[in-house]
Amino acid sequence: MSKKEKKQDTKKKDAGKIFLEEASKSPLTLTILAIFSGLLLGGLLVAVTSVEVYQAFDISFWEGIKTGARAAWSTYEALFFGSIGNPGKIIEAIRGGEAEDIRRAFNPFFESLVVSTPYIFAGLAVALGFRVGLFNIGVEGQLYIGAATAVAAAIFLKGLPAIIHVPISLIAGFIGGGLWGFIPGFLKAATGGHEVINTIMMNYIAFRLSEFLLRGPLKNPEGFTPVSAPIEESARLLRFFQPPIRLHLGFFIALLVAYLVYLLLFKTTWGYTLRTVGANPRAAKYAGMNIMRTTILAMVISGGLAGLAGANEVLGVNHNLALAFSSGYGFDAIALALLGNSHPMGVVLSAILFGFLKNGAIQMQLSAGIPIDIIAVLQAFILAFIAAPAIIRTVYRLKEPDIDIDAVTLHGWGGN
Amino acid sequence: MKPILELKGITKRFPGVLANDNINLTLNKGEIHALLGENGAGKSTLMNILYGLYDPDEGEIFVNEEKINVSSPRDAIARGIGMVHQHFMLVPVFTVTENVMLGDETTHLGGFLDRKSPAARIREISDEYSLEVDPDSYVRDLPVGVQQRVEIIKLLYREADILILDEPTAVLTPQEVDELFTIMRSLVNSGKSIIFITHKLREVLTFADRITVIRGGKVVGTTTPKEADQNQLASMMVGRDVDLALNKKTANIKEKVLEVQDLVVLNDLNQVAVNEVSFNVHSGEILGVAGVQGNGQTELVKAITGLSHPVEGKIDLLGQNIDRSTPRAITELGSAHIPEDRQQDGLVLTATIADNLVLNTYYLDPFAKGVVIQEDQIRDNAENIIKNFDVRTPSAMIPVGSLSGGNQQKVIVGREFSRSIKFLVAAQPTRGLDVGSIEYIHNRLLEKRDDGCAILLVSTELDEIMELSDRIAVMFDGKIIAVVDAEGATKEQIGLLMAGVAEA
Repeated sequence: MSKKEKKQDTKKKDAGKIFLEEASKSPLTLTILAIFSGLLLGGLLVAVTSVEVYQAFDISFWEGIKTGARAAWSTYEALFFGSIGNPGKIIEAIRGGEAEDIRRAFNPFFESLVVSTPYIFAGLAVALGFRVGLFNIGVEGQLYIGAATAVAAAIFLKGLPAIIHVPISLIAGFIGGGLWGFIPGFLKAATGGHEVINTIMMNYIAFRLSEFLLRGPLKNPEGFTPVSAPIEESARLLRFFQPPIRLHLGFFIALLVAYLVYLLLFKTTWGYTLRTVGANPRAAKYAGMNIMRTTILAMVISGGLAGLAGANEVLGVNHNLALAFSSGYGFDAIALALLGNSHPMGVVLSAILFGFLKNGAIQMQLSAGIPIDIIAVLQAFILAFIAAPAIIRTVYRLKEPDIDIDAVTLHGWGGN
Repeated sequence: MKPILELKGITKRFPGVLANDNINLTLNKGEIHALLGENGAGKSTLMNILYGLYDPDEGEIFVNEEKINVSSPRDAIARGIGMVHQHFMLVPVFTVTENVMLGDETTHLGGFLDRKSPAARIREISDEYSLEVDPDSYVRDLPVGVQQRVEIIKLLYREADILILDEPTAVLTPQEVDELFTIMRSLVNSGKSIIFITHKLREVLTFADRITVIRGGKVVGTTTPKEADQNQLASMMVGRDVDLALNKKTANIKEKVLEVQDLVVLNDLNQVAVNEVSFNVHSGEILGVAGVQGNGQTELVKAITGLSHPVEGKIDLLGQNIDRSTPRAITELGSAHIPEDRQQDGLVLTATIADNLVLNTYYLDPFAKGVVIQEDQIRDNAENIIKNFDVRTPSAMIPVGSLSGGNQQKVIVGREFSRSIKFLVAAQPTRGLDVGSIEYIHNRLLEKRDDGCAILLVSTELDEIMELSDRIAVMFDGKIIAVVDAEGATKEQIGLLMAGVAEA
């Protein structure tokens, strides 16, 4: 009876209303609104922390509001110019016809993609772990080890053609990170040791190990600082443009790998096993899946993806290995995997968002004098809204979603 | 007799559902009134309204012919209405006294807890109704049956006159059920009145004074145990004729399928849970394992299905030794398993029905070609099983967790029965299900048996064991203390064996 009622109900409503209702249930709407609200609150924060705004309030209330709005506007303008480009400059450069000016004008956009690339790899690493119910906090450490093994392959193998040297160096990075993921994976499977603790500890070992390598075996014999020798020309990832644009092949490799991870998770029997173990390990055991093997495999792949993030940076951007070359990509990746709902497609989109924010923030600080930390606050707002969807639902009066089939189950400290 | 409680025209709507539709109910002083209905019929909604957890959209509540307004459990308690929930609301690390006084603490010297006078009061209550509860013991150390009595004491301590018991027997052993009903009788004899919610017919007929049946949010009728019988009540609950007597053919027993010899299995705490057990199951028969929960049945099933490995003894399935085999290897031999805990072990609740229907065959042709999942085949398979096994769902692509318990169990039964199987372990296959689903699953089990499948049925419901089994093995304290032919066995005989009192 109630079914019939429902049918009649939907008939009465016009298509637009149905669309709005469906859209209001979609997790994508929630994400977009969270980003929007984060930007709004961030702008408010810029306004209330700006001295000029208070001075303007002394003149008149209206003046204060105007100055506040202007401060927020100029922040986001600088962010836009820094991450995508200044439309004025772009038009000017095209009119001028000077190739280098044009490249310089478009550079912010391409540089943002360059920053997004390690985020994609690292985000995939965390997301894959989440899908299997594993909290891989060790992406940063795996990234360092992957960078070290990739650099070793890129320096010590000589005389190879690029078509062979590049893949070998990338694979070396995958293996290095994968090994670093294997250890906590094995410890979890064999002894029940919780991966959160062990991956954090493995991070410290990785940081100190890469320091040791850079003062010892990997140190550039011709230099005095703890930096490796430059990698062989043949191991470098192809760059598509002349300087200053640094966009390299790594970005497209990242997109390809994201697609491969998608296929692995959702189109293969391996992925079915990984997801089942993640969603309900007891049912997985009942169904005859090997939980130990799956846990280890997942940590190896996750670590390997993190290793690719490191390899990508040294082969594509830096062309050598230095201390502290990663500015926390592995930790940001945890947040962006959550933002992307642990789906490869979502990870790519949120990695690009993070890349644009990060690159834009640097430019924003240089040109508008806005502290770079405002971006960290902005990201925090967005993530808080993602983590607490009830706030967004209440503010924008969205409907409760039906049970979310894509929801990723994470197990708590119990460890099973 | 004067009604102590009257509900008039109670209506409650949830989005898309009419949970209670103009319900009238009267409770007389000193009676046990059973509220009978299938899962989702609206019993719990009605009681939650009475207890102040929901506001009714329409209707009035009268206590002692005085109209009252309950907007919170606190109001309900003030009016002498108390409720024992199906899942107990106790703090395990607190003592009985601390649990009982929680929310209503007596203090002295302006803030120090006084445990002595509440403990004395609890002892009084316990003696008055012979509840045998020690106020100083910790709740975590008490068996479930005693925990339930602590919940009842909580109500009596607050001087409730109307007690609501929500599915009180669901968690109890048969002995504990008998004890509970003795207690209920002594409560009503001293002037209390009880509403008890259930979907078990036998209990209602044995213990209730009056019975009200609810279906689809409406009262179908009120009757007494004298006027009604099981079939009649079942039909009222389900809304169609139900034949509770199963159509069981004579067993056509053939070759030995499962052979268990001197099996010893440890539990999670490394204690001996199954102690030197030997038995056989043959093609075409159902061997029922009867026993009170926790006498080693769970561990026995785990060993037979490969979820754990025995420390001694051997298990042969279809002539192959499976002591050390993995669950997958055992499944591939032609064995199926309906697990005891369907939500924890049998299903991935967040995954779709279609995915759940290939949980143990997803890697085989036709569901996978190499490592590539064949989504169309998985969907077709799901649509077939949904049709053949009467799973009520709008689509195969929704999470299995959104189905009712009965339909979840049909998903498992459908999955296990749609493979060609020679051996089946069914552990508590109808626990918590409604009459319609129980009838359905029982008939399917018998069909499988007549097809020549060997079935090991483990159940704590003695009625279920008696009705379905060809032979009955009784487990007590880790041992099988007797195997008897179902024909000629009496409930009393099996009951005594289950309690470990008699030898076969």
